[in-house]
Amino acid sequence: MNTESMALEMRKLILTSVYHAKSGHPGGSLSCTDILAVLYNEEMKIDPTDPKKADRDRLVLSKGHAAPALYAALALKGFFPKEDMVSLRKIYSHLEGHPSMKSTPGVDISTGSLGQGISAACGMALSAKLRKEDYRVYAVLGDGEIEEGQVWEAMMFAAHYKLDNLCVFVDLNGLQIDGATKEVMGSDPVPDKMRAFGLNVIEIDGHDYDAIRGALKVARETKGKPTCIVANTVKGKGVSFMENQCDWHGTAPKQAEYELAMKELEQNG
Amino acid sequence: MADLKATRDAYGEGLAELAKEYSNFYVLDADLAKATKTITFKKQYPDRFIDCGIAEGNMIGVAAGLATCGNIVFASSFSMFAAGRAFEQIRNTVAYPHLNVKIVGTHSGLTVGEDGATHQCLEDLGLMRTIPGMIVINPSDATQMKAALRFAVEHDGPVYIRGGRLAVPVVYPEGSITYTAGQSYRIAEGNDVTLMFCGHFHELTAQIREKLAELGISCRVVDMPSVKPVDRKAVEDALTDTGLIVTFEDHNINGGFGSAICEVACEIPCTRQGPSVIRIGVEDSFGKSGTPAELMEKYGFTVDAVCRKILAVKAPEKLNQL
Repeated sequence: MNTESMALEMRKLILTSVYHAKSGHPGGSLSCTDILAVLYNEEMKIDPTDPKKADRDRLVLSKGHAAPALYAALALKGFFPKEDMVSLRKIYSHLEGHPSMKSTPGVDISTGSLGQGISAACGMALSAKLRKEDYRVYAVLGDGEIEEGQVWEAMMFAAHYKLDNLCVFVDLNGLQIDGATKEVMGSDPVPDKMRAFGLNVIEIDGHDYDAIRGALKVARETKGKPTCIVANTVKGKGVSFMENQCDWHGTAPKQAEYELAMKELEQNG
Repeated sequence: MADLKATRDAYGEGLAELAKEYSNFYVLDADLAKATKTITFKKQYPDRFIDCGIAEGNMIGVAAGLATCGNIVFASSFSMFAAGRAFEQIRNTVAYPHLNVKIVGTHSGLTVGEDGATHQCLEDLGLMRTIPGMIVINPSDATQMKAALRFAVEHDGPVYIRGGRLAVPVVYPEGSITYTAGQSYRIAEGNDVTLMFCGHFHELTAQIREKLAELGISCRVVDMPSVKPVDRKAVEDALTDTGLIVTFEDHNINGGFGSAICEVACEIPCTRQGPSVIRIGVEDSFGKSGTPAELMEKYGFTVDAVCRKILAVKAPEKLNQL
């Protein structure tokens, strides 16, 4: 499956899973879909038949509420049947509302409480350095999430310990639950702040596959400091009526909305 | 007289000793290596020590990440900042995925002394024991601290160990005891009352036992470092044999060791009248600056104050003999 097709399938699975769950976070899942598609389909060394393989690359979805996007990528890569996606958030399911490493094959660390995943990503990258192992660690932060002070503790740590095997995406979709990030808690300019914390910063369009690929290549080749890819994204990307609407942060589509969204994805796919 | 040593000193030494046997653990600290005594380990094993700076939340997350990669991790700070500030990181990123992280908080309780209330953690036992899967240990002396560390490194899962700043008597000869989850140590026999403690209460309980013996009341004494899981059998035996338990902790009486004992005690059928547990601890207040001895006195950890509480329940007619 090429990455473009995988991203389209991921978007359908995200909508389907959240629709069946009747709750969840479609907006921020759709904004980081293309990033996760490139990571899982092209970049990361992973083995779906051996999810805990010691030398695998790791992914930390620090913005854990985008779990449907992560689950969709894992399902399409064969970590578990994609039919499981309709069980999202159900009592009998292995797909928790936020990623749980004890429940779901392929989840490298449990996340959901914002600001915490990125610290664990630092620990994973540090372990590779201490043990002279060559896997890489990828983390995805939300732009609302970086309001958590712990994120900046982690950035300081990553730069101090020269974790060049760590690549951090900021999914900069500009919206959080209460409104635009600019209005709720201004965090601009994110690239300057990351640079000031000692990271190698690359700004891209987070829906441009070649831009994502190019940034990942630069990250891989950058030595002595971690890389931060500030990805400008659209919340709800791919579904016209969800795009740039903060109300779609944590709302499930009703039947008519779901059908309309799926139709749109089919037509544009 | 027994040698004096703080459990924090035993922590640093214990880590360095275990490192000879176990090559697979790392030690993290948050700019307090000189105080938590992880510096003893750091000097001998600099490549296995990571200073995380003054950022305890991040330190716990880093510990969790390291643990997912097959490492055992000791994360150290003062109890206030480890169990207190980083509570939610411990809860969500360490304990929820049941990772192999050992959190060691030193400088717990009033015996921190002059630094005062902001640094005297009186809530950590309560916080940590509410977390599913967490083992909570409050060693009473240096030897028991080392035994707890050995348990921690061998146990697969999160552990919280509570240490102290104050030098206290080394009661158990070096290397003479082992520790496993839920273990208690009966150190004196008696029929009328059972004194149960966690942490640095060997001296006080021995003095209380002596005083009450003069009044014809015999005390069993049980050292119970295992705040979670509690040794249920020890509690059952104490109630069956003596009818009254007195708990001691350098912690708020709400939520900590005494509460844990009460939770077990209330499930044990009892036919006798009157209370079955008296909790000695900080009575729902903050600490303050002062020497450890002054603070112990001010907050009611004295032979006289405790004996009065026990006599009021057990033998009110003897109160005037104190």
